[in-house]
Amino acid sequence: MRQEIKFKLSGEAIALEVNPNEVLLEVLRDRLGAKSPKCGCDKGDCGTCTVMINGKTVRSCLVLAIEVDGQEVVTLEGLMDSGLTPLQKSFIEHNSFQCGFCAPGMILSATELLAKNQKPNKHEIQEALSGNLCRCTGYTPIIDAIEAITK
Amino acid sequence: MPIIHKFDYLKPKSLSEALTVLAQSKNAAILAGGTDLVDMIKENVAQPDLVVDIKGLDELNQIKFENDTLFIGAGATFSDLIESKIIKEKYPVIFEVAKTVASVGIRNRATVVGNICSAVPCMDSGPLLIAYDATVQLAGQKGERKIPAAEWFIAPRKTALQKGEIVTGVSLPYPKVKHAGCWVKLGRYTGEDLAQVNLLILALSDGTFRISFGAVVPIPVRAKKIEKLLNGQTITPSLIEKAKQLIEEEIKPITDVRATKEYRIHMAKVMFERGLDAAIRRLNGNGQAYGTSMI
Repeated sequence: MRQEIKFKLSGEAIALEVNPNEVLLEVLRDRLGAKSPKCGCDKGDCGTCTVMINGKTVRSCLVLAIEVDGQEVVTLEGLMDSGLTPLQKSFIEHNSFQCGFCAPGMILSATELLAKNQKPNKHEIQEALSGNLCRCTGYTPIIDAIEAITK
Repeated sequence: MPIIHKFDYLKPKSLSEALTVLAQSKNAAILAGGTDLVDMIKENVAQPDLVVDIKGLDELNQIKFENDTLFIGAGATFSDLIESKIIKEKYPVIFEVAKTVASVGIRNRATVVGNICSAVPCMDSGPLLIAYDATVQLAGQKGERKIPAAEWFIAPRKTALQKGEIVTGVSLPYPKVKHAGCWVKLGRYTGEDLAQVNLLILALSDGTFRISFGAVVPIPVRAKKIEKLLNGQTITPSLIEKAKQLIEEEIKPITDVRATKEYRIHMAKVMFERGLDAAIRRLNGNGQAYGTSMI
């Protein structure tokens, strides 16, 4: 049975009808045009579908769209209202990504970490990103970029 | 990948409403974090006709400490456990367990109660609950029911949950004497990986120990023979050697894609020795901080 849901997507009020079996990731990408979350493993392991719900990162491939009724969803697009964030600039300076498929998830996970802990050590950065897989870089330039802006 | 299977969705506003719809439905599934359920629906392992979202039930979202017992509600996520002051003060080993569960993005949704309802052998919450002699609290149309955690697990993916019931939470009584603990989990890497071996050791100031294993058994077990050997004794290297020999009698590991049986047995012994040492040191006030990996 289709139900209407209302939620905020990166600050914008959204109202749409969804089927209970529609997955948040697909609704964001295919119906609302928010293309930063990607479908990687489709089972919560790789972190490339990461979005924030009420300020906390979640795997949007494991969330039903109907669950976000009344919640605040933020994708990477929503962090960039005033252009690139300092974190993103640091990623560019450190040449942190190659193909970029993991980047939106990495940026959101790192953003969540820095909101809670402004001076994380290397171990804390590694732990915060441990659910985001990158197949290009070996992680070093990603961690270097986060360390650089916390110094 | 879209979900093909069709189902209805309901987010009840009260526990009684939830129990009423559960009683009326043929094959309802309860949704909390969804990190297991949504995946199981995608894989066609679960095919519910109705999904009942319990995230709207505020009474189930609590973590509270009353009458010397910790209550972890069915809606409490592993991130909630990590951030809880009560847990850091009174049950720091729960913090240590929660920190090793998957990764932040999963911990922000996944719940302890969901973990024990899925009841896969490599779950992290099982050894914790049976070491603390926890009670699983259920609500049904006929009233409430309490089951000791040790009787909750029946077989891999099988629990004592009956049709129409909801697990409202788990209760962990605080041990009567001062205690410290250590959680040791072996995975292939830190992050999303599931446990190859996990074990929890509580050292109590009356000289007793509580030791539980997971992932190397079909359902989490208390290592009763080892506990009996160690209780009240001075822990010497030769006693530890004897205890390590007993491990093979306590666990039944299998060989699968994550590790061989032999490797799991070997590592269970190494982890036991390090965990026991860490728990005793913490009890004596000279241990490493909770959250420090022992392997």
